[in-house]
Amino acid sequence: MKQLITLNINNQNYDVIVTPMDLLVDVIRKAIGLTGTKKGCGQGDCGACTVLIDGQPKLSCLTLAITCADKKIITIEGIANEDGTLHPIQDAFLDHGAVQCGFCTPGMILSAKALIDRNPNPSQKEIKTAISGNTCRCTGYINIVSAIESYANLVAEKGAK
Amino acid sequence: MGKMYEVSNRYNNYRDYTKEFTEVGRSIRRPDGADKVKGKVQYTDDLTLPRMVYGKLLRSKHAHANIVKIDYSKAMELEGVLGVITGEDCPIPYGIVPHNANEHALAVGKVRNWGEPVAAVAAVTEEIAEKALELIEVEYDVLEAIVDPREAVKRDDLRIHEDAPNNISYEGIQVYGDPDKALAESDYVLEQDYYSSYVNHGFIEPQSALADFDVATGKLHLYATCQVPHYTHQQLAKVLEMPLSKIRITVPLIGGGFGGKGVASQADFCSALLSRKVGRPVKITYERSDVFATNNGRHPCYMKMKLGFDKTGKITACDFTNLMDGGAYAGWGIVVLFYTASMVHIPYMIPNVRFDGKRVYTNKPTCGAFRGLGGVQPRFAMEQMLDQAAAHFGMDPYEIRMLNAAESGYTAMSKMYVPHTEYKKCLTECVEKSGYKEKHGKLPFGKGIGLSGGYYISGTSYTLYLSYKPHTVATIKVDEENDVTVYCGATDIGQGVDMVMAQMAAETLGVHTEDVTVIPRDTKISTFDLGTFASRLTFATGWAIRQAAEKINAELKPVAAGMLGIRGDEVEVQGGEFYNIYKPNKRVPWRDVVSSYIQTNGPLTKTGQFTPPRRKGIQQGGNIGHSPSFGFSAQIAEVDIDLETGKVNVVKITEAGDCGVAINPQSVEGQVHGSIGMGLGQALYEEMKIAPDGTFCNPSFHDYKVPTALDMPEIDANIVDAYDPSAPYGAKESGEGPIQPTIPAIFNAVYDAIGVRFTEMPLTPEKVLNAIKEQKAKGVF
Ligand code: FES
Ligand code: FES
Repeated sequence: MKQLITLNINNQNYDVIVTPMDLLVDVIRKAIGLTGTKKGCGQGDCGACTVLIDGQPKLSCLTLAITCADKKIITIEGIANEDGTLHPIQDAFLDHGAVQCGFCTPGMILSAKALIDRNPNPSQKEIKTAISGNTCRCTGYINIVSAIESYANLVAEKGAK
Repeated sequence: MGKMYEVSNRYNNYRDYTKEFTEVGRSIRRPDGADKVKGKVQYTDDLTLPRMVYGKLLRSKHAHANIVKIDYSKAMELEGVLGVITGEDCPIPYGIVPHNANEHALAVGKVRNWGEPVAAVAAVTEEIAEKALELIEVEYDVLEAIVDPREAVKRDDLRIHEDAPNNISYEGIQVYGDPDKALAESDYVLEQDYYSSYVNHGFIEPQSALADFDVATGKLHLYATCQVPHYTHQQLAKVLEMPLSKIRITVPLIGGGFGGKGVASQADFCSALLSRKVGRPVKITYERSDVFATNNGRHPCYMKMKLGFDKTGKITACDFTNLMDGGAYAGWGIVVLFYTASMVHIPYMIPNVRFDGKRVYTNKPTCGAFRGLGGVQPRFAMEQMLDQAAAHFGMDPYEIRMLNAAESGYTAMSKMYVPHTEYKKCLTECVEKSGYKEKHGKLPFGKGIGLSGGYYISGTSYTLYLSYKPHTVATIKVDEENDVTVYCGATDIGQGVDMVMAQMAAETLGVHTEDVTVIPRDTKISTFDLGTFASRLTFATGWAIRQAAEKINAELKPVAAGMLGIRGDEVEVQGGEFYNIYKPNKRVPWRDVVSSYIQTNGPLTKTGQFTPPRRKGIQQGGNIGHSPSFGFSAQIAEVDIDLETGKVNVVKITEAGDCGVAINPQSVEGQVHGSIGMGLGQALYEEMKIAPDGTFCNPSFHDYKVPTALDMPEIDANIVDAYDPSAPYGAKESGEGPIQPTIPAIFNAVYDAIGVRFTEMPLTPEKVLNAIKEQKAKGVF
């Protein structure tokens, strides 16, 4: 039943042995050790486990690892710039006080980035909708939305990505 | 004792202090922020240890049952299972309030709520542990469950705890003044019943515990998601029968707490017991359903409040009866019960108060501490009644609050003392900012605006086990290698106290916040702190840090003076330089002074401490609620009700808060937004549903809804200009107070919108729609 598959995560190939039942979140966290992806509910309700699969935000707690063998996965660890400096969306989160306990933050940043990547000029409603699957219990979302807005403005101004 | 007295009064040294802050009051970035946005930072479940195995808890499907027999022999035969424990392994009860400890890590003899754990397994993988749970056979003798406290209190025939007649876990009466006489003489008396709902913290990070018991040394190292490592330390020592010195608790980062991690979780005990049994580190991380089964959320209250007023609209008396649903165990119960008593004394001046309260056991997951504990429930009642009274007197709801608002220096009948308040400023500011006066009573049917006030303690005056030792200790080490290192056991649960501590240390030492490293949350390394609850940290750590920093300055200033060639009292320090106060351009770098000091004197480390002033309550439980100071806030909610569906849309909330000086204004704003979000959820839809047989109907985020980004209104959060001279750097509570007004402000706005007063939470569309239909039938619109 066990199979050897290759997962491409943050442009790095990882050979992992999985069963058909193994969830992507567990493989990323436990087998590969990228613990930036969080698990808050394990049932698809909180968004903490969001990763990008081929550019789309997906809930890794509802995704079987085995289905991702030929896909490109980006986790929060793959967001910062090559040289390790923060990605502008990460900076925006910090500047706007959008991070409190930080547990929702990786999923929130990935959902937000996916939105701006496909729609660089979203309305506030579109931002809220894009992150409505990401629950944050600490911040009340207000500063998160302003952080995303400011990143979108930056992208519009400088073409930053 | 003599020494303690001296310590308690040190906090009055504020007069020497300057208000010209450079580090305090700045919205700097969180020092832990970069690691959080990079996904680099580690929470408990992110940790692994060599040879680590996994633990899982078997939870009861019955809410009330005697355990006849547990047979785990089959589970032990499963390949990969290392050990199983049951209630027999943890016969000693624990509890956050020691004199009423009645909880067990695993049920002993009886289960009292759905989801109470009865056994725990350690296995090499989580999957095997789960499989092992299925192989454990538990024979139950199922008993009738009681889930309604109003029934439980009548049922002495069916005791949830043998030693609790009529299922009363605590009861208390407090009478201040002569409420009966005052009510009889009142010009206007208002009486109403209210119900507050059963809500959960909904923090996103589930509890997790990783225990490493070293059989060779007999020492236990527990990594846990815990707001109160000190209390967990005490309880682990008790349950595991180990000396405190052999236990070390490290709290990695916490993914939200809100009070829910303010008790030791069963995972803490079970991972430790299993690790001791199997000789390997054991990690237990909760599923979301485990989090709900553990609950510790808000106590639902059946309240009756009676308020008397004289003919001018001044409150003459408050008679408050509260029947609290405590769930299965004692937990924080006695504290919450008496907080509901004390929370009616302020922010208004009430000369006669009676409280008659009971906390009752029911077969539900235990209720405990939840943001704004004990205050949210009575405030829900009182703030609506003030609006009703205002209408009676033909006054504006703002006016009646201003008329009754407490002022700085007020001492309540319960002896609660308010050193400083800008509550009136809060009311005025949010009324002005929101255009309340122009809108209230004048909006079209379906739209409304509502005002409410609130307040909360900034720390408590008592430890739960009534010890006189300092409540917080901070040690500051200054050296050439690390600049400033602050050691303090305060627990950051996301609110940002690590940053606030760095800012406060930097302020007094005259260095930059970036030069300060805080080493928190480890009982072996950082210094003593009681824990994160009662909005005590900024206040308590602030005084301890300031005291330690002043001692450091006392050492460094003479050295700097020597280097500058002046007297010690002519030296000040700021921005990383010591300078001559008379000739400010004569300066010497702070680091040079430190080097010089260490070369001559050796290492420089100083310790500061804080013990709150003891103010005695004069009646049973009357000491609970006493606090060194109080934070205040006022809010105005604007709602737009969908008349077709009954859905209440909160459009805008204007808030004005008095937290004294905001050490980090952006953090304060974040606390206010978060509080409002939680209050909104509780007001409109959040509720844990328990079936009559005690089954939990919605233990998932799928069925227990918390607000999303789409549910949040526009928020205008304002910090009023304030400085509390009794507080360190003038700063006090900001994290719990702002949840108090949200719920009644929304309810008052709904009344303004449709002319119906609701007295039960949550305000579901169904309830609102029925009310709208009734209004229609009456021809109101
Ligand atoms: S952990 Fe995947 S959505 Fe909550
Ligand atoms: S910051 Fe804590 S859950 Fe979002």
